Amino acid sequence: MPFSAQPPASGERYALSASLDNARHLSSLLRAVHFQDYATCLATASGLRVTVEDAKCIQANAFIQAEIFQEFSVREESVMFRISLSVLLDCLTIFGTSSLPGTSTALRMCYHGYGYPLMLFLEEGGVVTVCKINTQEPDELLDFDFCSTKVVNKIILQSEGLREAFAELDMTSEVLQITMSPDKPYFRLSTFGNAGSAHLDYPRDSDLMEAFHCNQTQTNRYKISLLKPSTKALALSCKVSIRTDAQGFLSLQYMIRNEDGQICFVEYYCCPDENITDAEL
Amino acid sequence: LSRIGDELYLEPTESGLSLRAVNSSRSGFASFLFAPLFFQLYEPGGAGPEAELFRCKVHMKSFLGIFRSLPSLEKSVGKCLILLKPHASRLVLQLHCKHGVTKTHNLAFQECERLQAVFDTQSCASHLCAPARVLAEAVVHFPLTLAEVTLGAGPGGKISLRNYVEDEAEPSKTMVTELWLAEDEFQSVAVAPGSHITFCLKEFRGLLSFAEASNLPLTIHFDEPGRPVIFTLDDTVLEVHLVLATLSDLDSNSRAPSTNGVSHLPAPADDFADDLESYMAAMETSEGGSERAPSPTFSLHARRPAQSTPEEEEAEEEEEEEGAVPGTPPHKKFRSLFFGSVMTPGRPGLAPTQEVLAEDSEGE
Repeated sequence: MPFSAQPPASGERYALSASLDNARHLSSLLRAVHFQDYATCLATASGLRVTVEDAKCIQANAFIQAEIFQEFSVREESVMFRISLSVLLDCLTIFGTSSLPGTSTALRMCYHGYGYPLMLFLEEGGVVTVCKINTQEPDELLDFDFCSTKVVNKIILQSEGLREAFAELDMTSEVLQITMSPDKPYFRLSTFGNAGSAHLDYPRDSDLMEAFHCNQTQTNRYKISLLKPSTKALALSCKVSIRTDAQGFLSLQYMIRNEDGQICFVEYYCCPDENITDAEL
Repeated sequence: LSRIGDELYLEPTESGLSLRAVNSSRSGFASFLFAPLFFQLYEPGGAGPEAELFRCKVHMKSFLGIFRSLPSLEKSVGKCLILLKPHASRLVLQLHCKHGVTKTHNLAFQECERLQAVFDTQSCASHLCAPARVLAEAVVHFPLTLAEVTLGAGPGGKISLRNYVEDEAEPSKTMVTELWLAEDEFQSVAVAPGSHITFCLKEFRGLLSFAEASNLPLTIHFDEPGRPVIFTLDDTVLEVHLVLATLSDLDSNSRAPSTNGVSHLPAPADDFADDLESYMAAMETSEGGSERAPSPTFSLHARRPAQSTPEEEEAEEEEEEEGAVPGTPPHKKFRSLFFGSVMTPGRPGLAPTQEVLAEDSEGE
């Protein structure tokens, strides 16, 4: 079959077909979950969800809803495939990552169906690049079974308050300990590294605190190496919601506003660290 | 202080909080004394007047890690609380930041002996005082990798700075940079004519950047080659001392600069390398804690002799520590140690005459 450089006119033949005027709306979000090479893409009528997992303990999801795209159509109820996120990001940013004002890369994405590669057509300044990325059988994804009815503690913070803290986390500590409580210290992030312990306390009446709903004192520890990648999502976001359930599972939801002011979400789920030794609180 | 040593010694005293560091070869020592007025609140002793003031040392990197980003600290931190908790074995640093956020760091510390260099600015023959900017502009001409620099007093009251070139270096392959500063660039000059000293530039640069940033004049006290050079900064709430070993001249006649203003390179000590070798040997053999003659310069327990302000200095307010003058005057020549010196296989070294500037606390 002759290889055509022209993007197809109609998307009906395709399982997934989408157009985006500014590929950065997609690439920046995908970067926020790029801590593994491979990701699972799920496309439904409501939009695109890209999931990355590690160690069966952590899962990150980037949601780009259909409204962000100029055109978005999914032929069946849902389309799912596994793809190299590293390669996908390299292609989306093929014209460079620096964002000059006024210039943007336009994207058209087509996926014929099971067994077919994902086709990307990228255009900037009259130059067109065509990419064909192989897709794979999607793996089964973890289900954290985290729903709002099971949430024990929840706070919403302005991201600017956490950004520096996460960027400067003591990485010599194996764990990040999160304490949430209706009493002091309210919300505390702790590390236990080579130099000693460090605690970061956010009071409930801080002006960074947008919502504070803590019913029970909970202290949970998570492997710091798993949570560190969430710093990228934090850097992009304006607000973050931090929730824990009775088992100590952690949900971090980041609200990200893109260049056009549209809202997208990235969420991270993490299991608590099982190897608990006596903590220095 | 991190340019000097890997460990930060904290010593609260009645006259303020002293932060000190010493380098691994004991040839460089620095102390910053913050007067109680520097702080909003200063309480040196917890348990009562009889309790001995506690000292400790922490890893420099751990301490610096807390103050990682100065610009963001300035923006976001309101105040810093430092608590020493001997019972919990922790040094607590608590930063109170904006938005009500509190960062608490609990650092592990080690108890330590008092780290004190013995030096006396009064006994130095030469003194110079200059705004830090003048000296900073002078050293900028030397490469960052340069280890040692020679400061000299030339004719007409001019002060020279020259990079120190080792004996082994080939004259045709070495670049010599020399610059002269006129007397009027200094706030005060009181130097013995023809005197010169060679000291480690790297360690000095650290103090110089601090002096420049705080806009304080820097005073240099020096004497003969081999005796330590003392740099001081003074302020109403801060007193800084940097004591560095200097290269000693084994030639008893150091060449005086010639009359036309061009001076020859001073002859470096011929058996300097041997000194290093015999010193290293002495270090190894004395590891077991054998007796050593008291150091004439840096001594761990003897306290600094009382000093009076030399009259040449301007508006200096030194906070003195009481102490006995160390006993025996030095009968052994002080040697300096510098990193990167080339060791030559040598004739048997001289009897170990090296002195350590600060003895190991374990040795006592």
